[in-house]
Amino acid sequence: MKMNIYRKSRVACVGAGLTLFRRRLMETSDELMWLAARQALDEAGLTIEDIDCIVFGTAPDNFDGIHMQSEALADGAGAVNKPYTRVYVGGGTGVFSVIAGWWHVASGLCDRVLVIAEEKMSHVQPHPQYLFHHIFDPVTEKPLGVNLIWIFALEMHRYMYKYGIKKEDIALVSVKNKRNALDHPSAQVAAKITVEDVLNSEVLVWPVQRLDISPVSDGAGALVLVSESEAKKLTDEPIWIDGVGWSLDTMYWTNRDLAFPVYLYYAGKMAYEMAGIENPRKEIDFAEVYDPFDYKELHHMEGLQLARKGEAPILTREGVTERDGDLPINPSGGLLGVGNPIAAAGIMKVAEVYWQLRGMAGKRQVKKDVVTGLAQAWGDLMQVGTVVIMRR
Amino acid sequence: METRSKNPEGTPYKTEDLRSGAIPYTEDSLEAWYRWSLGKYLGKYLEGLKEGKIYGRKCNNCERIYVPPREVCHHCFRTTDEWVEVGDTGRVNTAVVSYISADRGRVEEPIIIAVIELEGASPGIGILHRLGKVSPEDVKSMKIFGKRVRAVWRPPEERTGSVNDILYFEPIEEV
Repeated sequence: MKMNIYRKSRVACVGAGLTLFRRRLMETSDELMWLAARQALDEAGLTIEDIDCIVFGTAPDNFDGIHMQSEALADGAGAVNKPYTRVYVGGGTGVFSVIAGWWHVASGLCDRVLVIAEEKMSHVQPHPQYLFHHIFDPVTEKPLGVNLIWIFALEMHRYMYKYGIKKEDIALVSVKNKRNALDHPSAQVAAKITVEDVLNSEVLVWPVQRLDISPVSDGAGALVLVSESEAKKLTDEPIWIDGVGWSLDTMYWTNRDLAFPVYLYYAGKMAYEMAGIENPRKEIDFAEVYDPFDYKELHHMEGLQLARKGEAPILTREGVTERDGDLPINPSGGLLGVGNPIAAAGIMKVAEVYWQLRGMAGKRQVKKDVVTGLAQAWGDLMQVGTVVIMRR
Repeated sequence: METRSKNPEGTPYKTEDLRSGAIPYTEDSLEAWYRWSLGKYLGKYLEGLKEGKIYGRKCNNCERIYVPPREVCHHCFRTTDEWVEVGDTGRVNTAVVSYISADRGRVEEPIIIAVIELEGASPGIGILHRLGKVSPEDVKSMKIFGKRVRAVWRPPEERTGSVNDILYFEPIEEV
């Protein structure tokens, strides 16, 4: 695609907030949103009166069981009597809500935007996984009893087959991310584990085992995005969103190349072009890559051109993606360690890039000096890539 | 800079807390009934399955043959041109062993699931289905990858016009 980039304003992130991520939180969805929004506004030094519009993200409606989710949660979003938009691309929603917040400001429509996302999966009985049965085609796939873990396992196994990747190498991602998460105050499943622990965990759908997967979570996250002129009034350290990209592949997932995420290649290309990045591997200092499954971190690194095809497991084995490595990946602890309240997990990733670039990540701060970071999410029927590139 | 982000809020609970009454809650369930019209293409696809045939659609611009059949060639963004009967044989693109059901419960007998590239459809055009007469070991060792398989159909009188008119695909070469 030929890009025609016209930005009325550069866009900065000036505040972020997250709740705890846990399997079950007592608070309702709008109560969680309020907790996250208040943190983000406090960090930005703003109140809800200062906010021009709200962008809201949540994944399938079914989790709350109310099929007008954005309206139901307008109060918790701070959206009453303000321009209010919900965006939705499944697991890609969290990062996509930041992209939507970006275009509200970049276009000149708004100066100060609150981006907020939540997921409360614990409502669903007996297990939230069952809702994912209803995202499939009711004619060609649902009658086979399909579930989400099947299709990820099919993709993982194809990726392993094509490049000769061992489960041991993939498990290293889970080990790294759960360890990184020990330093994240929101983390749900931070742990010191070994490759053997992953390989000995319950087999769900071979090659996917229990510790290859992120958990089911409740949680919310929020960010404040502002125009260049507002950013300069609010802080000496604005973090700029200099590139955004998104792309969606065909709904017919069995017709795709399962070993390479083409949708993400295109989304990354769009964001790199906008940010003026020609060599991602050299110019991206660290990245929060979407990791609901351990193999997905590797798959996505390759789709983002942060590794060559089949090379991501090698970089991981060599320690390149550790927090003190040359290309830290998921210093937050990712979805595998911090947890996966779907849309809120995407916000968590963008918040981590923001905190890392401001030097506010505390014990999670990566060792190298960082100027440019990337956050990415993935979703719908394994088909969407959403990418944000930030700079200090 | 000190921020609230160091102290994320929220109140975790366990399912025992619901039983003990410590956490108040309410329950309800959603029931919805759908009747999907199948449009111009999927109807014929299911009708074909009832007759033991697998139909695809061909785009004469890019020559791609799609299964399941569909109106639009997404490469060319034009209406596909003609019906093609593809084979009920194909090759295994990828396969897995499922020990869980759709609601995450354990199943007694593991199910082998695969993406099968059908012969007669374009390369890379696969469908989701079960494999039979294949052991979990053949999947774990990846020996089943790339192997030729053929559909095992239900007896004609038991077919209903469903993807389940095919019981599973079984290998027709040594694994």
